[in-house]
Amino acid sequence: MDYFGLYNYWIVIFLMMTGFYIVISRDNLIKKLIGLNIFQTSVFLLFITMGKVKGGTAPIINHHFDTYSNPLPHVLILTAIVVGVATMAVGLSLVVRINEAYHTIEEDDIHLVEEEP
Amino acid sequence: MTFVIDILLLAMLAATAITITRLRSLFAAAMLTGVYSFLSACWMTALDAVDVAFTEAAVGAGISTVIMLAALALTTREEKRPKHSRILPLFVVCATGAVLIYGTLDMPRFGDPAAPVHQTVAPRYLQSYEETHIPNVVTSVLASFRGYDTLGETAVVFTAGIGVMLLLVRSKRLKQDRKSKNNESEEPAQDNPKKKDPKNHIAENCIL
Repeated sequence: MDYFGLYNYWIVIFLMMTGFYIVISRDNLIKKLIGLNIFQTSVFLLFITMGKVKGGTAPIINHHFDTYSNPLPHVLILTAIVVGVATMAVGLSLVVRINEAYHTIEEDDIHLVEEEP
Repeated sequence: MTFVIDILLLAMLAATAITITRLRSLFAAAMLTGVYSFLSACWMTALDAVDVAFTEAAVGAGISTVIMLAALALTTREEKRPKHSRILPLFVVCATGAVLIYGTLDMPRFGDPAAPVHQTVAPRYLQSYEETHIPNVVTSVLASFRGYDTLGETAVVFTAGIGVMLLLVRSKRLKQDRKSKNNESEEPAQDNPKKKDPKNHIAENCIL
């Protein structure tokens, strides 16, 4: 078995798990969003890795080349990047609103304020 | 040569991600997120995804960092020390990672031209030059074959823009209400030099 060709996938999974760890272990809401951002980018990297063809070039048709990488993952990720930034903007503006209502963006402190009668 | 660049860039990405996890300053974390996006854009260029790299560098490293800095300016810059133990999250993450790595073992190897992804619709797209007359296949797929998809994307971005606007405009109005309420309650107690001229005060309120 050739495990060397799996190196990219493993690093992508490492990055994915780093983002996941930030999301579940940190209390700060902005830090959680940064973790989500890392997770999201790692999914982009996974798709782009799968689109690569050995000896291929960028999928722009030219008579000098005959091997191209797969354009379909590129298109999907192009859409995902833009949507990802849009959703992150909504998330961050929710955090700004939470900060105005509770005067904190730490999850624990928000729970404390909620429990107060 | 590409493989060396690939390994180096991925190692740098991993190091950046670990540093972001360990940092408690949110400002530094936001800047490093920009670095992370830019490194991934470089890596995408090495893997032939030039259009994606272009977008990631502009949108991921540029706009998203700016949005994050704006949010930091409106909230706080320091993260508090976490109170929970880190052992349970670490265990969950390691278990999930192990399962995912087990799942990659029968994936097609990196760059394998016989992988199933390259067999179905991709060759059809690569031969579409006679139909669309666009040399860049990514563009022709994005705007022609999957045009409805892109239209849907535009709708999502529009909705997100409306959402952000509603959230932030409402908060601005609340802040103004609170400020005017505070002014009313403080008026009798404090001797504010501005309040000496009532006309001036009214004019200020009108401008606000």
